[in-house]
Amino acid sequence: MSAARNGSPDPHATGTAIVPVIEVVGLVYAYADGTPALDGVSLRIAPGESVAVVGANGAGKSTLLVLLTGLLEPVAGAIRINGLPLGPGSRAEIRRSLGMVFQEADDQLFMPTAAEDVAFGPQNLGLPADVVQQRVTLALEQVGALALRDRSPHRLSGGEKRAVAIATVLAMEPFILLLDEPSAALDPRARRRLIQLLQGLSHTRVVATHDLDLALDLCSRTVVLSAGRVVADGPSDRILADTSLLERSGLEAPLSLQARRPCRQG
Amino acid sequence: MSVIRRELHELSRIDVFARQDTWIHRIDARAKVLATFVFLLCVVSFPRYAVLPLLPFVIFPVVIASLGRLPLGWLVQRLLVASPFALMVGIANPLVDQTPVAILPGHSIAAGWLSFASIGLRFLLTTAVALLLIATTGMPAICDALRQLRIPEAFVTQLQLLYRYLFLLGEEAMRMERARDLRSCGRRGTGLWVSGTLLGALLLRTVARANRIYAAMLLRGFEGTIRPASLRALTRRDLVFLLGWSTAFLICRQVPVGELLGHAVIGARL
Repeated sequence: MSAARNGSPDPHATGTAIVPVIEVVGLVYAYADGTPALDGVSLRIAPGESVAVVGANGAGKSTLLVLLTGLLEPVAGAIRINGLPLGPGSRAEIRRSLGMVFQEADDQLFMPTAAEDVAFGPQNLGLPADVVQQRVTLALEQVGALALRDRSPHRLSGGEKRAVAIATVLAMEPFILLLDEPSAALDPRARRRLIQLLQGLSHTRVVATHDLDLALDLCSRTVVLSAGRVVADGPSDRILADTSLLERSGLEAPLSLQARRPCRQG
Repeated sequence: MSVIRRELHELSRIDVFARQDTWIHRIDARAKVLATFVFLLCVVSFPRYAVLPLLPFVIFPVVIASLGRLPLGWLVQRLLVASPFALMVGIANPLVDQTPVAILPGHSIAAGWLSFASIGLRFLLTTAVALLLIATTGMPAICDALRQLRIPEAFVTQLQLLYRYLFLLGEEAMRMERARDLRSCGRRGTGLWVSGTLLGALLLRTVARANRIYAAMLLRGFEGTIRPASLRALTRRDLVFLLGWSTAFLICRQVPVGELLGHAVIGARL
């Protein structure tokens, strides 16, 4: 197992007695046209951990998340969720334990109203109608969007859409949350609310983002991807303060750690 | 205002109408869908020269529009937008079919005009009734009704998703159009070639989005069927609405009510 690892120092991966919730070994993926996306990624994520996957555009962050759901099949390597190897036979069961929040909320909200959208997942699980309704109310309450329940998704603001999209996933009661660029296209206040909302959740979380301040606020651990490889993996405050590492990976230090250069006239 | 923007606005108006709360809006969607279906069957099944027998059917859309508090101007405008299709279908009839037909004592016209009028009238009736169904029920409720009426899931899901994403697709088209216009320096159109490319790009984006939506559905346990929201028993009012109108339509289909009325009017005048 450790021989397949990528050689990056990782205090979290070695010597853990607990079964990791997510275990990725030597994951390789290439797009249909042959462009490599992931080139031997290995990761272990323990229960309850909140991990940021950061990297420049095209570093393979989203691909990694999608591979974890089994929507794409890796060229090589293996994924185990809760010790269960991800494959055609286990896909349905594994999907029940993960919830993925897509980058574009509009892709996730396809039903006529917010409440129906949140109900979609629980209904597909075959739950009785009253349990479905309970879950819908609970999930919308959790994200502070109960007042939006009868609104049609295309009339919601960006922040509201994001909140409802998260509720659709929470209603499935997964224990892993995969979030793809959750703060993309949100205004500062909606972004702040989103961070507070996500801080209040106890799920194991994997957040793919290039909003490094969000990573700093939300995740105790950060994995840096560059050109499909893990180039660093460790505590967020250490990784995100390492300017030369970030620069090499096509990133910049989080804004909160940068000196401000206000724009002045003259 | 761009054509796309105007059409999107019109589309969302129909949603606003559907959220009203009137006697008609409160009738169960299944009753309205079925009554509309019987209406359409009756109107469409008349022989090709039928004009007078179609006239009594005008009552249904008029009653629904007034009880449902829908502005007549809106309905007329929507019908006008769609009318070129009907015109294209029927326009050649008066030229091709010249057989004279007596309509009043001493007056005759080419049979083609009759079939043309019949096509026009049928178009107005069927389109108006379909628009009114959506404006008094709302597409989501119609889709649920269709599911409960055991219409194959594939069709209903298509319809529902098409309606949901029509606006996004429209907005996407609008943004592309705007980007093109801003860089075409006032030269309108910029040629068929560019428009074709834009359409192609729009199609590709739509396919990509469809794939992402499908992925999102799969991840939430989608197995090919969207379950209808909630089953509600039909009330007596729903049944009266359905049976009452259906009976009226069938009577108007079988008994020449229009002609009888026509004769009565002419007879009274003579």
